[in-house]
Amino acid sequence: MTALTRWIRRNLVIIAGLGTLAYLILPNVVVLVFSFNKPNGRFNYEWQRFSTDAWTDPCGVADLCGSLSLSLKIAIWATIGATVLGTMISFALARYRFRARPAVNSLIFLPMAMPEVVMAASLATLFLNMGVDFGFWTILIAHIMFCLSFVVTAVKARVMSMDPRLEQAAQDLYASPVQTFLRVTLPIAAPGIAAGALLSFALSFDDFIITNFNAGSTVTFPMFVWGSAQRGTPVQINVIGTAMFAVAVLCVLVGQLAGARRKRS
Amino acid sequence: MSATATPEAPPAVEGEKKPPLIKPAVRKRLVPYWLLLPGILWLLIFFAAPLIYQASTSVQTGSLEEGFKVTWHFQTYWDALTEYYPHFLRSVLYSATATVLCLLLGYPLAYLIAFRAGRWRNLVMILVIAPFFTSFLIRTLAWKTILADSGPVVGALNSLHILDVTSYLGITEGQRVLATPLAVVCGLTYNFLPFMILPLYTSLERIDPRLHEAAGDLYARPFTIFRKVTFPLSMPGVVAGTLLTFIPAAGDYINAELLGSTDQKMIGNVIQSQFLRVLDYPTAAALSFILMAAILTMVTVYIRKSGTEDLV
Repeated sequence: MTALTRWIRRNLVIIAGLGTLAYLILPNVVVLVFSFNKPNGRFNYEWQRFSTDAWTDPCGVADLCGSLSLSLKIAIWATIGATVLGTMISFALARYRFRARPAVNSLIFLPMAMPEVVMAASLATLFLNMGVDFGFWTILIAHIMFCLSFVVTAVKARVMSMDPRLEQAAQDLYASPVQTFLRVTLPIAAPGIAAGALLSFALSFDDFIITNFNAGSTVTFPMFVWGSAQRGTPVQINVIGTAMFAVAVLCVLVGQLAGARRKRS
Repeated sequence: MSATATPEAPPAVEGEKKPPLIKPAVRKRLVPYWLLLPGILWLLIFFAAPLIYQASTSVQTGSLEEGFKVTWHFQTYWDALTEYYPHFLRSVLYSATATVLCLLLGYPLAYLIAFRAGRWRNLVMILVIAPFFTSFLIRTLAWKTILADSGPVVGALNSLHILDVTSYLGITEGQRVLATPLAVVCGLTYNFLPFMILPLYTSLERIDPRLHEAAGDLYARPFTIFRKVTFPLSMPGVVAGTLLTFIPAAGDYINAELLGSTDQKMIGNVIQSQFLRVLDYPTAAALSFILMAAILTMVTVYIRKSGTEDLV
């Protein structure tokens, strides 16, 4: 017994950490398991019996795949928009000293420190009073707005830690400014830009609160899930959730392997 | 923004070299402003301007049919506060509890990844981030299954008579966990836990492990090392993590809606229903302004107290 308690005490951090990890992953396991359920009735909260129906027919529910492709489309455009605008801002902030810098920094910081519901309601108030029709464009505008700060933070960190002498070296070797940017600066900043883009994609794809206020009658995937929580959740939602998880893990693993190989060669 | 527009240089005629209208030095000084312009305009138009607009909406009166007018009707703020202060208190209480729980749960995991995971570090890191990619709402709905009345969690808590204690404390009701404060706090903790773990990990990872060895050489016990060396050095992570958890949790209405009942409504739920269902825009605006002001005040005080002002 004393040996056991001693072992527990020595490994307390590991035990507690793994406990937290289990807490984090538990819902994903539930989503996976319940994607093979065949529920009685509309709600999929209780296990009935095993079935692969939902997996063979993931688009079998009305509007589900439509909302999914709309969310994908918005996420892709929001990522492109936020990444381009955000990268430009972060280069300005990381490379230049100018008077408006503190003001710009706080303008970048504020959207991240603001509860989403406040941003959502105020943007919707503006659209409402300008008589803008809610839909694809209002959602896209809102998504680019809140993803921007995250891109700036990710890219800025990378550009700041970059050695400016690399660019000087390129110019000493008679590279034109464009060549220097494309062959030296951009490749070094790329991981930061990629991180920012990935983050915007995930944030945009998953956003519910801001979209809920600015979508009108347009239904994105999170809004479909929200609506279905009241009307009855189809099993297909769990299928999509599991697929998203699998795709994400695969992407990360491929990225890790590619990184490891590049390091070796 | 003070980015002044530069007059376009006239098109240079072939063969004739005109002196540039703008000196290269000036042009170089304008580069950052051109880089900033599109993004900052976007934020000014779609983030800052709406907030100002929201401020004017909050002092308007009127109805949807007759239209709203600015009448400097500050009464809306007072009415909103007196009517919805329980929701404000509940939001602060729930999100503060969730933040503390996130810190307690997240610290060991961040510590594990930073110091003890060894070659498993990348795998554990992936397992922390990957759940993010299954939709937020789908994962929250999964908690409905986990905490279901006839589910294993409720069964276990019941047979250990824990639910009797928690019901007595008012965290749960009767024999159920769903639709009680416990379920909402559990959902909030779960959803914002990664926001705690990542900054904690970043600051823990920067700590030189030799400091631990030095403390050990000086006969400090493991807990003393943690209290005197590790924890103080991880303070930037603790501050960033608690802010990243508390702020979104205080404005959240998804957990309260999906896992709670009408008795667990938070201020986010009120703003949402005032705006999208009741269509009472002035009240919704006033409520979001009060929420914003409260959070900004709390955050400022907190940052001052914790002494990490370089965070912003």
